[in-house]
Amino acid sequence: MIDIKGVHKSFGAHHVLQGVNMKIAKGESMVIIGGSGTGKSVLLKCILGLETPDAGSILVYGQEADQGDRDAFLARFGMLFQGAALFDSLPVWQNVAFRLLRGAGKLSKTDARDLAVEKLRRVGLRADVADKFPAELSGGMQKRVGLARAIAADPEIIFFDEPTTGLDPIMSGVINELIREIVVEMGATAMTITHDMSSVRAIADKVAMLHDGAVQWSGPIAKLETSGNPYLDQFLHGRAEGPIEAVR
Amino acid sequence: MQLIERSLGAIGAATLGFCTTIGRVILFALRATSHIFRPPFYGRELAQQLMQIGYFSLPVVGLTALFTGAALALQIYSGGARFNAEAVVPSIVAIGMVRELGPVLGGLMVAGRVASSIAAELGTMRVTEQIDALTTLSTNPMKYLVAPRLAAATLAMPVLVAVGDTIGIMGGYLVGTNRLGFNASAYVQNTTDFLQFQDIASGLAKAAVFGFIVALMGCYHGYNSGRGAAGVGRATINAVVSASVMILAANYILTEAFF
Ligand SMILES: Nc1ncnc2c1ncn2[C@@H]1O[C@H](COP(=O)(O)OP(=O)(O)O)[C@@H](O)[C@H]1O
Ligand SMILES: [Mg+2]
Repeated sequence: MIDIKGVHKSFGAHHVLQGVNMKIAKGESMVIIGGSGTGKSVLLKCILGLETPDAGSILVYGQEADQGDRDAFLARFGMLFQGAALFDSLPVWQNVAFRLLRGAGKLSKTDARDLAVEKLRRVGLRADVADKFPAELSGGMQKRVGLARAIAADPEIIFFDEPTTGLDPIMSGVINELIREIVVEMGATAMTITHDMSSVRAIADKVAMLHDGAVQWSGPIAKLETSGNPYLDQFLHGRAEGPIEAVR
Repeated sequence: MQLIERSLGAIGAATLGFCTTIGRVILFALRATSHIFRPPFYGRELAQQLMQIGYFSLPVVGLTALFTGAALALQIYSGGARFNAEAVVPSIVAIGMVRELGPVLGGLMVAGRVASSIAAELGTMRVTEQIDALTTLSTNPMKYLVAPRLAAATLAMPVLVAVGDTIGIMGGYLVGTNRLGFNASAYVQNTTDFLQFQDIASGLAKAAVFGFIVALMGCYHGYNSGRGAAGVGRATINAVVSASVMILAANYILTEAFF
């Protein structure tokens, strides 16, 4: 359903993506792993049309991001940004309910607020957080508000950029379960970026490893340990020696 | 020879860069302006910006005008005394304030206060991906962030300047009556007699243009801010500097047009 073919993206002389190929089927949970700075976040932004690839094509339901009705295209997506990207001029509940408060299918204020509180509960936040401002929350709490915002409108396709970074192990477990639930119960398609191997095992149907601007390995979660791919093995076992150079 | 070649190359590159920037700003302005007139409209954001840009700038603009009017009265008196023309003080203070100093100084003060705050706010939103987040939530950032600021500044600035003009004339009146020995009612009479509708209208038209420039520069530089805190800092400086220079340039052009 998401079909990425030969995507290239450079920033000046910095070639971040150099021919990424990836296919994600409907209702599938794809996890992308790879060192920091390998362009995982940039890839998600290319799919959403927030960055324009220099070459290659990205089709979502057979449609390019910049073709056709952009509003309808974006209405299908939910996105959790790596830095949460909450609107700091709005209280938490208005952040979560941002999409529900405007546009077609707009809810009344009280309904939107109730829904926001319910979504906050699902990410492990109490109702009293709803009236706070993002700046009053810790990094991990902001991340979870961002997660609540991403799932608030029950999107078909959800992107999670490092959903458990900055969370304690117990809360990570809660979030992993939540993402799994969203995929299984709501039938959503998910793409998750993570460095956390316990998340990978909890969330993924399929895993793709990004390095040097391309997918070095991809396959079902069951084959993760027995891939025989030197890049993947080095990453899984956290070794300093291997094909991935750790510059010191 | 090589030196000439290299410096010519540098001048050429700078010229090209300058032209591209102008083109980008014009496109940005056209796109943003078109969003002001097309639905959906964000009334709450517009009201908020009217408060931020208009209401909260009143003290700065008022104080600037008060002291400028007062100083102007003294200067015109000392200049006028050389031709035995002290009596022109009230009318020249009024004309000078309304046609030139009210809009220009008000515009520059608002450039310092508002262009910087818009650039810093939008720049931070760009850097922390809030602008990207808006897009993914099906909200056009041009419409939601830029259009209300442009509209608010263009609407608020003439009102601000009208208030500033009045306060500036009052500053001249205070100095004129208390320090220069003018008769109070004669001062007021003289002010109103010589002030024409065209003076006021041209000053307020200038103010609207300056308001637009201030918001446009703040939004353009903030929206296209570079990465990190340094990027936001640069955006803020560029917004204030370019808004100020553009206000002065536009002032000359408009003054020629209304001449
Ligand atoms: N807007 C941008 N301008 C310049 N460089 C960028 C931009 N966005 C990302 N990069 C660079 O692209 C590389 C990949 O970034 P990113 O996708 O965020 O990495 P990660 O895989 O850790 O998510 C980084 O080196 C980053 O500096
Ligand atoms: Mg990233």
